Amino acid sequence: MRRDRAVSPWQLRWRRFRAHRTGMGSLAVLLLLVLFVASAHPVAWWLAVDPYETDLLSQYAPPSAAHPLGTDDAGRDELVRLMLGGQISLLVGVLATAVGSVIGLTIGVISGYFGRRLDAVLMRFTDGMIALPLLPLLIVLGALDLTKLGFSAEFAHSAAAGFWRVVIIVALVDWTGIARLTRAATLSLKERDYVRSARASGGRPAYIMTAHILPNVATPLIVAVTLTVGRVILFESVLSFLGFGIVAPTPSWGNMLNNAQELVTTAPALAIYPGLLIFITVIAVNFLGDGLQHAFDPRSER
Amino acid sequence: MTRFILARCGQSALVLLVMSFVIYSLIGLMPGDPIDVMIASNPGATPEVVAHLRAIYGLDQPILLRYGHWLAAALRGDFGYSRTHAQPVLTVLLPALLQTCKLMLTSFVVSVVLAFALGVWASLKPGGVADSIISLFAFAGISVPVFWLALVLILVFAVTWHVLPASGIGTFGDGGVTDQLRHLILPVTTLALANIGSFTRFIRAAMIETMRMDHIRTARAKGAGERRVVLVHALRNAMIPVVTVIALSFGGLFSGALITETMFAQPGMGKMIYDAILGNDFNLALTGLLFATLVTLLGNLLADLAYGWLDPRIKL
Amino acid sequence: MSLVALDDIRVQFPAGRRTLTAVDGVSLDIGAGETLALAGESGSGKSTIGNVVAGLQRPTAGTMRFRGKPMDKATTRQAQRAIQIIFQDPFGALDPRMPVSSIIAEPLLIQRIGTAAERAERAADLAGQVGLPRDALNRYPHEFSGGQRQRIAIARALAPDPALVVADEPLSALDVSIQSQILNVLGALQRARGLAYLFISHDLAVVNHLADRVAVLYLGRLVEVAPRADLFGTPSHPYTMALLEAMPRIGRRHRRAAVIGGEMPSPLDPPPGCVFHTRCPKVREICRVEAPVLEPAPGRPGQRAACHFKE
Repeated sequence: MRRDRAVSPWQLRWRRFRAHRTGMGSLAVLLLLVLFVASAHPVAWWLAVDPYETDLLSQYAPPSAAHPLGTDDAGRDELVRLMLGGQISLLVGVLATAVGSVIGLTIGVISGYFGRRLDAVLMRFTDGMIALPLLPLLIVLGALDLTKLGFSAEFAHSAAAGFWRVVIIVALVDWTGIARLTRAATLSLKERDYVRSARASGGRPAYIMTAHILPNVATPLIVAVTLTVGRVILFESVLSFLGFGIVAPTPSWGNMLNNAQELVTTAPALAIYPGLLIFITVIAVNFLGDGLQHAFDPRSER
Repeated sequence: MTRFILARCGQSALVLLVMSFVIYSLIGLMPGDPIDVMIASNPGATPEVVAHLRAIYGLDQPILLRYGHWLAAALRGDFGYSRTHAQPVLTVLLPALLQTCKLMLTSFVVSVVLAFALGVWASLKPGGVADSIISLFAFAGISVPVFWLALVLILVFAVTWHVLPASGIGTFGDGGVTDQLRHLILPVTTLALANIGSFTRFIRAAMIETMRMDHIRTARAKGAGERRVVLVHALRNAMIPVVTVIALSFGGLFSGALITETMFAQPGMGKMIYDAILGNDFNLALTGLLFATLVTLLGNLLADLAYGWLDPRIKL
Repeated sequence: MSLVALDDIRVQFPAGRRTLTAVDGVSLDIGAGETLALAGESGSGKSTIGNVVAGLQRPTAGTMRFRGKPMDKATTRQAQRAIQIIFQDPFGALDPRMPVSSIIAEPLLIQRIGTAAERAERAADLAGQVGLPRDALNRYPHEFSGGQRQRIAIARALAPDPALVVADEPLSALDVSIQSQILNVLGALQRARGLAYLFISHDLAVVNHLADRVAVLYLGRLVEVAPRADLFGTPSHPYTMALLEAMPRIGRRHRRAAVIGGEMPSPLDPPPGCVFHTRCPKVREICRVEAPVLEPAPGRPGQRAACHFKE
């Protein structure tokens, strides 16, 4: 009881998380992956290669000192492409999750706190979303012509638009789980006595939501958000693979497998690398979620 | 019971209606439109001709009106013509639907059966060796990109070992059942592996949860054999949450089917929709998406009914 | 002038297609510096009245006045500062994500009183007054025992210098030894600050210990309101008598057999006439038909009871 130092609930959880071996292991793997993708530019400089310059004479070159993993179908350095593609894939994963979480959190808190008709409508909507076949819908969204939505042709075909389009459409289909979770947590939190005493002291809904509900929703949500990152990375990869996500020349782990049918016969290793990296990333993220779940388990919390 | 079923059917119909409008509007926002496609073969078309064509096809009308016309025709069973196949949409779509159902059902059964076996096994001794291995396998199943899994399977079994065909549904000139089954092995394996992970985790969690409940302990105390306790008492209770989750995964199963069919060149709904979107075949894409939604909704409906049947507390 | 005046308050909740009447026709005054206890069984509407006074529950009918003024916007704001509430469950009353200093200073933050430094100073000061250890301020609720959490909740309620604290069963979740400590804290604070308490409790021994006046509730209605000594010495309403009979008392060998049989009727479907008639030992024909008025008992001007046959 009497300790010299205050131990916040977060510190307690960190202690429990550290005891979870696979969780810690996957955290290490993820840090290594971040390091890997972050070293794209230094490595490109060191190898003196331009990852965007096509060189059809050195197509599918085997590994060498100049190209440690060989070259791809356009003669570009595979290793540096993998690093750059990883930057895009991870960034899409994090950003789309962030956008989706903000949507889900906002809708969930409002729905849970104010309840009634708004709540009923929002929950019907999320129920509907959950039951839909998402991938075909994502493909349609990925195929939309942005100029028909009033964007300039120049913007519609820029790399930035391609990137943000993926972030937004993936976020648009993957916020429902977070919304439901947030709503359920909000429903129980708003009846807690600390929320009621804040209301009795004159706390407005905006204050109560930000000061009491959001910080307490964060706990059950962190696990869900982590798992969302994994799912989003998979969504991005399959969309880019099918040609409706990140498009060349920008590499992503998904679109590096675009011409998989050709790769399988001519350069099988190139068909393995990007998918293996996606696999490792997502499995690490999921194990991280498992470790967090353990650390945040309400049953082990006092 | 009847009232419940009717209410749920009405709800599903409403979702389908809303989705049809959403998809209709989205399809209209895809690159090109039917007129562009038409005049592509006729570079001499003047703007007046284009405008005239638009008027004939009603493309100058507001979207709600066009949607109304489309809906009225669709309700009569007329979904228009497929541009790329030059056939009525339904003629193209129905065989594909059948093919997809074959793939989805087979892999669904395979994954559910295996997932139950693995999930129950893992739950017998949580934290044990079997549990750890099964959990690792389940995590891998959730985390693997399906298209890449297909790629690896093709690489191993078709390209390297030459033991299984890499694509298609039958060898040309060989209509035999064995041949057809051989073509199904890799697609079904891919799709089943993609679902088995999450199913196994749910079943394991539900089993561990039920084994802790009082009536299981009572059954044990009364001297029921362990096998009986697990298979009769625990499994029945664990089924309730599991059935819901598994049935809600129908949408995900369809997404998996799309990837699998594309990878293995299976002429199913998924590949059809994908090709239709790529080839600006609006009618086919629209109808395909709607049927995909319909299949998913039917799956969810069945889940609700199964739930009511399994859970004795719900007296319908 | 009374601090808070409730006039003919009714609170109803929708319950499916029916309506649950939690509180009906309750009129009460709370004077500055006094302790008014609300006593009654669970489901009698005690907490609902507490919620109305604390501004957490809008009455379906009837009015509340604060210092004589109706609850318009400005008065509500004053009341939000002058009326604070503490709850039964010391584990649910404190936000687990906030350090104790922020919890105590929260009402000041909400009402934008003082600077951050001044609020922190005030929180430290209050923590000392309720007897929290020095190092408590930077720690989190999960590190404290039930009694200490209740002290934190009290300190929080005192932060904006309120005139009235609604205490909703503040002792019932605590061990008996802790209960008396918290009672002493509450008593000392009242003497030092001239606080009024609306003390909600089902425990008549506690009520007898600290109340100035007592209001007894049954099925959402007031059945007796009287100064403490009168109510405990010469109860007027048969329900009050029954409650006192059921009270465990030192020196009595056996708790007397339950004087009132049966259970409290459902508030969804209250009996006609006097709500107590289904369990009353004195019941006569008139009780089933006509609801009695809350008025002084014969020869006892300060003691009001709602009974056709009050003593």
